[in-house]
Amino acid sequence: MTTVAVARPSTTAEVAEVLRDAAARGHTVVPTGRGTKLSWGMPVEPDVLVDLSGMDRVVDHQAGDLIVVAEAGARLADVQALVGGARQRLALDETVPGASIGGTIATNASGPQRLLAGTARDLLIGVTVVRADGVVAKAGGRVVKNVAGYDVGKLMVGSFGTLAVVTEAVFRLHPEPEARRWVSVEPDDLPDAVRAVVHSQAAPWAVEVDGGTLSVLLGGRTDGVDARARTIADLVGGDVSSTAPPWWGTCPWAEGETGLKITFLLSGLRDVLAAAADVGARVRGSAGSGVVHAAVADGVPDALARLREAAARHDGTVVVVDAPPEVKAAVDVWGPVPALDLMRRVKREFDPDHRLSPGRFVGGI
Amino acid sequence: MTPGVEAVARRAREVVPADGVVDDPARLRTYECDGLAHYRVVPALVVIPEDADQLAAVVRACAEHRVPFVARGSGTGLSGGALPHAEGVLVVTSRMRAIRAVRRDDQRAVVEPGVINLDVTRAATPYGYYYAPDPSSQQICSIGGNVAENSGGAHCLKYGFTTNHVLAADFVTADGDRVRLGGGAPDSPGYDLLGAVVGSEGTLGIVTEVTVRLVRLPEEVRTLLVGFGSTDQAGAAVSAIIAAGVVPAAIEMMDELAIEAAEEAVHCGYPEGAGAVLVIELDGPAVEVEAEYAAVERLCRDNGAFEQRVATDPAERALIWKGRKSAFAAVGRISPDYIVQDGVIPRTALPQVLAAIAELSATSGVRVANVFHAGDGNLHPLVLFDEARPGEAEAAEEVSGAILDLCISHGGSITGEHGVGMDKAKFMPRMYDEADLDTMQLVRCAFDPQSIANPGKVFPTPRLCGEVPGRHKGAHPAQEAGLAEVF
Ligand SMILES: Cc1cc2nc3c(=O)[nH]c(=O)nc-3n(C[C@H](O)[C@H](O)[C@H](O)COP(=O)(O)OP(=O)(O)OC[C@H]3O[C@@H](n4cnc5c(N)ncnc54)[C@H](O)[C@@H]3O)c2cc1C
Repeated sequence: MTTVAVARPSTTAEVAEVLRDAAARGHTVVPTGRGTKLSWGMPVEPDVLVDLSGMDRVVDHQAGDLIVVAEAGARLADVQALVGGARQRLALDETVPGASIGGTIATNASGPQRLLAGTARDLLIGVTVVRADGVVAKAGGRVVKNVAGYDVGKLMVGSFGTLAVVTEAVFRLHPEPEARRWVSVEPDDLPDAVRAVVHSQAAPWAVEVDGGTLSVLLGGRTDGVDARARTIADLVGGDVSSTAPPWWGTCPWAEGETGLKITFLLSGLRDVLAAAADVGARVRGSAGSGVVHAAVADGVPDALARLREAAARHDGTVVVVDAPPEVKAAVDVWGPVPALDLMRRVKREFDPDHRLSPGRFVGGI
Repeated sequence: MTPGVEAVARRAREVVPADGVVDDPARLRTYECDGLAHYRVVPALVVIPEDADQLAAVVRACAEHRVPFVARGSGTGLSGGALPHAEGVLVVTSRMRAIRAVRRDDQRAVVEPGVINLDVTRAATPYGYYYAPDPSSQQICSIGGNVAENSGGAHCLKYGFTTNHVLAADFVTADGDRVRLGGGAPDSPGYDLLGAVVGSEGTLGIVTEVTVRLVRLPEEVRTLLVGFGSTDQAGAAVSAIIAAGVVPAAIEMMDELAIEAAEEAVHCGYPEGAGAVLVIELDGPAVEVEAEYAAVERLCRDNGAFEQRVATDPAERALIWKGRKSAFAAVGRISPDYIVQDGVIPRTALPQVLAAIAELSATSGVRVANVFHAGDGNLHPLVLFDEARPGEAEAAEEVSGAILDLCISHGGSITGEHGVGMDKAKFMPRMYDEADLDTMQLVRCAFDPQSIANPGKVFPTPRLCGEVPGRHKGAHPAQEAGLAEVF
């Protein structure tokens, strides 16, 4: 094992300096925000860990324009607290407590709000990055609508620190609703219930499952949400509450277990849930969006293979999100990836020497 | 014809039916421009493939002979993106118009690139669904063009742009290789290459099939037409609505001159004497719309609205939208020539920017009609001139450019939906610095190292791919093979 040096820059310019220095020495680099998801992806032991927790400022909040600018090391929770003062929210869920802005971008972690607002990919409107060669570049801007040039920000989302180091991000915000209601039920037929809710005109804000439980979030004006919650309850049964169930927006796996992300076309929900039950996986997540997480305690290689078959039948995939190192070593963490050659070409342009988070991402990128 | 184009033409004739390979000068000329008609270039060859195999074969031939190619959908683009290359091939998708699938249960439609935007919605409506991005040109523009431009529309305020509604695409690279980007399910693992392709204006390759998200039709739609004395009042009303946490499906504004033009053209019956009108659309569950409507109505009144009309059925709604949707063409009634500008500002800067535009107009004597997506600060100033009168075109061009500078100086963008294309490449360095542009071009080099996909668009100066010393050195093949133990 190599000794890892830790750099703790406090400005974009300092990050650039660190990366130029690393380039000169041929050092490999892993950026980290708050370290809550460092174990995601394939393990990497870099020469230099660039710890961005010192870049934790929420730089600007323009309430009238519904945008916020934050440094990569800022905690998502701190951003929420600040914009919450103006009754606004950054529609990203903190699926892992303590998550940073940069880490949320790099992993494209998502939770219940994705049904309504998408993920970091849909909310990020501008980004400042430091490239492997130490060059600082911006993409996008501070306005929601902008089609000038390539959307480089999208490439950063979900890139697991392999293309560039994100140092600052601009997001669009959403207004806080007047009220929220959750309708929770253990329906006889879960896939049918999900389907009924998804196709209803009650405009569900989130459609989540946890094991055999379905929970539907409604948000909006108080009169409106109460009526919509009743509509949903009439449709699938269940109780209405103004607080979220305790598991809401969290990952289902415990320390030492393997956490998976399973995606599928909505019509595949029944098949995917059946496969998960078969292999003894506990499922939680955004069933109404075709994205759930699953926890597997043992027999991971076999469970993974069978879940991948099921997901593939519905144009979906299974990724091993988090797992003990020996499990990761024994399985294909990312699974089959289309257009891998083109991805490698992108990587080669941005980081020709493969110094940023080498080996962490798909296809050994 | 250059020898390269001749070779591509030979190959095209082998794979594409005869009437899909065009080299007759008269027919070639019908493709000389897109929606921005003052740029004209006759292409060396036009190919109209019927499917992705044919299309890929033609692109591959272009790559082999280093012949530039330009994709074209319906040719409605307003930035010269589909302007042909004089020594290149124009690849037209107008014969690739199949809607392959509409899958209600999956909330997806799979379509060929030449499919007309509105036809996707027409196909989905019987299932209670629609395709949300709705450019005003939706009756004629193609989904392939929408993907290339990341097109928006009035309803993107609430529902997002093309990029938020495209899940997967079959794609022909600039080498002529066929790859699938994204997947039917969300969050396909790996880099979001599709996210980079959307909005890339045909400079990375050609999209041959698109999987889009379908959105449930709302239970209730309510459209308001609101008259104000001035754009300042209307702008204040918009701010108040946003501050109240209401997210309308659309908020559109037109100023006095734009209203006058629309009246003359389509007799839309907008409130008489209005200095500005807002078209506000609320949609969603009926109870929610009712509550929002009450709030919007009050906020408009509080900010000086002198007349409010509500449409509750499709016919009344169509009448309200008619004025707005015909606005570009309508200015033709009050001016022989005009420039459709497209810039973005932070919405809160609206009063200052409109005042500055008015001042530009007053000092130059060039009339400007304003139409815009007020909810997201996307301005479409229509700069009026008469080509026949000496100096007017140049003056209009100057005002139009000055408006973009205003957008940039307020932290906005030089284009919100019409793209950079040929027209605005020269403005890119005003918005982005050299490093920013260089970084974008890294993407270009990954996709199209020969720079043959729609060259000369978007970027003022192309980057020579691979020119940076040291590039490509040190790639670790073992690591690419997934052997983590190299570390
Ligand atoms: C009256 C009018 C109103 C308009 N209103 C709006 C509006 O509200 N919102 C808006 O966003 N735009 C609007 N536009 C602009 C235009 O309609 C859009 O940009 C539209 O998406 C272009 O589609 P098209 O099929 O005409 O593309 P084209 O003009 O043919 O091409 C546009 C660009 O896309 C590329 N391209 C085309 N097909 C493909 C493909 N299959 N693969 C890769 N690249 C491809 C071309 O190379 C070119 O760069 C309007 C235009 C007009 C004339």
